[in-house]
Amino acid sequence: MALKVGDTREQVVIENVNRSHIVKYAGASGDFNPLHHDEGAAQKMAGYPSVFAHGMLSMGLTGRMLTDWLGPTALKKFGVRFTKQVWPGDTLTAKGEVTKVENGLATIKVVTTNQNGESVVEGEAVAQA
Amino acid sequence: MADEGFEFPVDRTQVMLFARSVLDIRPEYSDPNDPATKAVGGIVTPPTFVQCSAHWQPNYPLDLTRPRQGPPPAHRGDAPGGGGGGLGRGLHAEQHYEYHHPIHVGDTLTVTTKPGNRWEKEGRRGGKLLFSESVTEYRNQDGVLCVTATSVGVQTERAVEQ
Repeated sequence: MALKVGDTREQVVIENVNRSHIVKYAGASGDFNPLHHDEGAAQKMAGYPSVFAHGMLSMGLTGRMLTDWLGPTALKKFGVRFTKQVWPGDTLTAKGEVTKVENGLATIKVVTTNQNGESVVEGEAVAQA
Repeated sequence: MADEGFEFPVDRTQVMLFARSVLDIRPEYSDPNDPATKAVGGIVTPPTFVQCSAHWQPNYPLDLTRPRQGPPPAHRGDAPGGGGGGLGRGLHAEQHYEYHHPIHVGDTLTVTTKPGNRWEKEGRRGGKLLFSESVTEYRNQDGVLCVTATSVGVQTERAVEQ
C-alpha cells in the first residue's frame, strides 16, 4: 500500500442515522440493549432524550473507512474511545491520518465526527504500510 | 481467570448481515467467487465482526427476549461485547482489537473472556465513573489466535448528558 506519514483519508460513513440503521445493527451484532431500540426504556430507565446508536455501530462504520482505504486484511490493531453518543439524525465523517511508519507498519490516528464537528469516536489503528 | 468459553461458528450469512449493518458492500464479505475474495483466500470478516459472537454467548446479558430456560442472567459489567454497556447506567467506553490471523467463513472460533483492570475516576460533572475491562480471545479450530478484543465499560452514577 506504501503508506507514508501525512497520508490521509476522509469519508462520510453514514448520513442521517435513523432507527432502522440502529435496529439492523442490533439484529446483526446481537446487542439488544433496549437503550438502542426502545424509546420508552431509553427515556425512563436512563433519562436519555431518545434511543441512540450503539458505540460499536460507530466503530464499525469507522472501520469501513479504514478497510475502504487499506483493504480488508491490512489491519493489525484498531482501538477507539467513544467520546459522544450518536443520535438519530446524525451524519458521521471518519478521518484517518498516518502519524508514523516503522518496520513496515503504519500508525493511523482515527477520528469520527458528527455534523457539528464533535468527535464521537477517537482512536488509533496499526496497519501494514 | 478465563471462563470456559463457547463456540462461535462463522457463517456466510452472518458475515453478510453484519457487513450490511455497517453499510459495507465489499465483495470480500459476501461473494466467494469474486476475484477480490479469492485473492484473500475466501470470505473474510469486517474489523468489528467478532461482536456477533454475542449471539452464541450462552449468558449474554443484553438480549432480554432470547428464549431460554429460567430467568435471564443478571448483567455483568465485564460481559464481552457489552463492555459494561449494560442496562441503564452502563456505557461502552472503549473497544480495542488486535488482529493476529484472518477469520474466514467456515471457521469455528472458541471464545474465552477474562476480566482485566478496574479503575475509578471522578466524572467531569461530578459522580464516580467505574471502569472495567474485559479481554476476549477468539481462536480458530486449529487453535490459532485470530483476534484479541479488549472492551472497557463504564458505569456512571447518572445518565450521561448530551
